[in-house]
Amino acid sequence: MSVASLDVESVRRDFPILSHCMRGQPLVYLDSASSAQKPRAVLDAMDELYTQGYANVHRGLYELAEWATSHYEGVRDKVARFIGAADPREIVFVRNVTEGINLVAHSFVRERLGSGDEILISAMEHHANIVPWQILCEQAGAQLRVAPIDDRGEILVEEFEKLLSPRTRLVALAHVSNVLGTVNPIRELIALAREREIPILIDGAQGVPHLPVDVQELGCDFYGFTGHKLFGPTGVGVIWGRLPLLDAMPPYQSGGDMIESVRFEKTTFAPPPHKFEAGTPNIAGVIGLGAAIDYVNGLGIRNIAAWEHGLLEYATEALESIGKLRIYGKAKNKAAVLSFALDGVHPHDIGTVLDQEGVAIRAGHHCAQPLMERFGVSAMARASLSIYNTRDDVDRLVRALHKTLELFG
Amino acid sequence: MDDLRELYQTTILDHNKSPRNFRELEDANRRAEGYNPLCGDKLTVTLLVDADDRVEDVGFVGSGCAISTASASIMTEFAKGKSRAEIEETFERFHELLTGSPSEPAEAPELGKLAVFAGVREYPLRVKCATLAWHALKAALENREEMTLVKTE
Repeated sequence: MSVASLDVESVRRDFPILSHCMRGQPLVYLDSASSAQKPRAVLDAMDELYTQGYANVHRGLYELAEWATSHYEGVRDKVARFIGAADPREIVFVRNVTEGINLVAHSFVRERLGSGDEILISAMEHHANIVPWQILCEQAGAQLRVAPIDDRGEILVEEFEKLLSPRTRLVALAHVSNVLGTVNPIRELIALAREREIPILIDGAQGVPHLPVDVQELGCDFYGFTGHKLFGPTGVGVIWGRLPLLDAMPPYQSGGDMIESVRFEKTTFAPPPHKFEAGTPNIAGVIGLGAAIDYVNGLGIRNIAAWEHGLLEYATEALESIGKLRIYGKAKNKAAVLSFALDGVHPHDIGTVLDQEGVAIRAGHHCAQPLMERFGVSAMARASLSIYNTRDDVDRLVRALHKTLELFG
Repeated sequence: MDDLRELYQTTILDHNKSPRNFRELEDANRRAEGYNPLCGDKLTVTLLVDADDRVEDVGFVGSGCAISTASASIMTEFAKGKSRAEIEETFERFHELLTGSPSEPAEAPELGKLAVFAGVREYPLRVKCATLAWHALKAALENREEMTLVKTE
């Protein structure tokens, strides 16, 4: 595994948007943790579907419909292999991780959660992995428990373990923090939950684009990720669940394409995954996701991780060389996400100055307000690095930050 | 850098660094909190108004970006001694200045110092920053204690 095994210049040529300018300057895109850019292969796959093989899936009896259906279902097989699922029927296509979590909340947790029960999350969760549980808890009279983190941004494993109680009905954790970049020791945390037979869901939105994932090896019960952070289109994501669980779960949304037979007296539902895919799905999105997975597999997820890790080390050192800059999130095991603050400059002002310099970063609460509170700030600036970023990009970021300090100094 | 200076005028940078009337009035008879859920910026405006709704004194506290802090600061300077009607009318003008087309000349002599925010027109995402304090001031005058910016400017 060497850094040289990813040819970044060739990767950059795969992404048409990178040859465009922002505010008249060559684009430096450092917001991939929010949404990644798309390689030509993904755009072409969707274009090919619409121009050469489009029809609705699971319905028509003609050639086009057969082609569309087999490609759509082919992506399910591909996703299953990509994340190490035991069976493609465990792959449910959803809109995004948010919908995947809501599906599990509605169809799995709701009926298990009673008054006095508990759901355990961590202090670094994205709102998507907080709010659905909060609502369920309120409805059931249950408690939302929060495992604390330390100042480096690592979950306090002993505290986490103490919070696992006989009343815990679900553990829901981020694989990787979208703000701190922390790669949580989920194997260890999952094992602690499983020892107590507590089901566990992993929010892999920030995990799958950066790390090899094998859900069977991890041992969790549900794992969700989204296409658009994996260089795929928006509006398509995956929630993986163990087949016996999915089998026993009631549908989430209902309608067409999720039934076995409908009579006015009684409807029986299709088996998973179709039970959870009511209505015409995001066909082009799924095809695009398949192309994105091919693209990632072509580069090799380990090569991607190595490239990003090298870049993270370079960027961390470069940012730390700026006086008045503070990095949030210093976990030992960290993905290529750098959240920071500049003394005396609000993150939104940083964002605007950087924008003028052609550098796109995220500034705000990052859909993690409780985490902002944990660090005593209302917002942070965040640069996230991906396969198409280079040391030059980091240098431009640093120069733009110096400019920011000059302006506000 | 020139475009940035257009947005971050010296006056704005100065008010951001040393905001005026940055305090909570002890004898306030009106107050409102302004909150921008998009960025998490939060500020509180406290007012002392007379029987005719004329602002005798005004202060603000809170944290925000340079645009929202400077806008709140300059707003408090402006609002002192003004009637509710004058404030509402000026807010309307100010809002028009911020949301006007960038191609039209941004001349608003009647706005005085408030015109330094004309550069915000180039940054539609930042309009809410410049108006947060004004929305809170308006809410305080209307006796609404909480104001959350939800609508798109």
